[in-house]
Amino acid sequence: MHDKIEVNIRIPNKTRYLSLIGNIGENLARTLDRYGGDREELAYHINLVLTESIANAMIHGNVADPDKEVHISIGIDNDCLRIRVHDQGQGFDINSLPPPDENILNDHGRGIHIIRCLMDEVSYRRVDGGNVLEMVKRLSRPPLKKRDTSSE
Amino acid sequence: MNCDVTEHEKAVIVELKEERLDAHNSNEFKSQMLSLFEAGRNNMIIDLKGVRFIDSSGLGALVSGFKNATARNGSLKLCGLQTQVKSMFELTRLHRVFEIFAGVPEALASF
Repeated sequence: MHDKIEVNIRIPNKTRYLSLIGNIGENLARTLDRYGGDREELAYHINLVLTESIANAMIHGNVADPDKEVHISIGIDNDCLRIRVHDQGQGFDINSLPPPDENILNDHGRGIHIIRCLMDEVSYRRVDGGNVLEMVKRLSRPPLKKRDTSSE
Repeated sequence: MNCDVTEHEKAVIVELKEERLDAHNSNEFKSQMLSLFEAGRNNMIIDLKGVRFIDSSGLGALVSGFKNATARNGSLKLCGLQTQVKSMFELTRLHRVFEIFAGVPEALASF
C-alpha cells in the first residue's frame, strides 16, 4: 500500500505563481518510486502540465481578471496522479481547438495539445462557479504514448 | 526578463538569463526581441543554455520572433537547448521550423 497524498492550493490569478506551483508538482512527482518510467522526465512533465493548465485557467478561463482565483488540487493514490485545475470563468470547448499542425507558425494554441500528449486522460467540464480541467497520469506502468516521429 | 545582448558582426546574440521561459515572462521577452528588430537587428541568435524550462507561451514568443525576423529578411536561430527544452520543440514539431545549433560559435558560423 502506497501513501496517499492530496495537495490543495488556491492562488491569485497572477502568472507570477506559475513557477511556484509547477515546482511543487515537480518535487512531488520525484518522490513517486512506484512509477515505471523515467521519474525525472515525469517530474518535468508534471511541472509543464501544471504550468500550461494554470496559465490557461488564468488567461482564458478567468480572462486575466486579477480578482479571480485558481484552485489546484494534486492527488496521488496507488495507481494514478490526478491534477484538477478550477477556473471561475465561462469556459471553452476543449474539442474545438485546432490541431497544432494546422498552422505551425501560430503564436498560441499549443498548451492543450502538450497536456494531451503528456497525460493519459484529459477532460474539461462545467462545475459550480466555473470549470475544471482534470488530467490523469497512470503510474502503474510506463507511459503508453510516444511522440509520433514516424514521418521524420 | 534578464538577458544579455551582445552585438556581433553577423548577428545579435541574446542570452536568456532566466531558468524558466513561461506565460509569466514570455510577453516581456517578445517585446525585447521586437525592440531589437525595430533597431534593425534582423539577424538574431537566441542562446537558451540557461533555460531549464519552456512552456507553450515561451515557444510562442520564439515563433513570433522567428516570423518577425523572416518578415524583415533576417533570421532567428537557436542554440544551447537543454535536453528537456529540446524535447518540447520535438513534441510541438517546431524543431522542423527553427535552425538549432549546439552553441553560439556554430550558430554564428551559419550566417
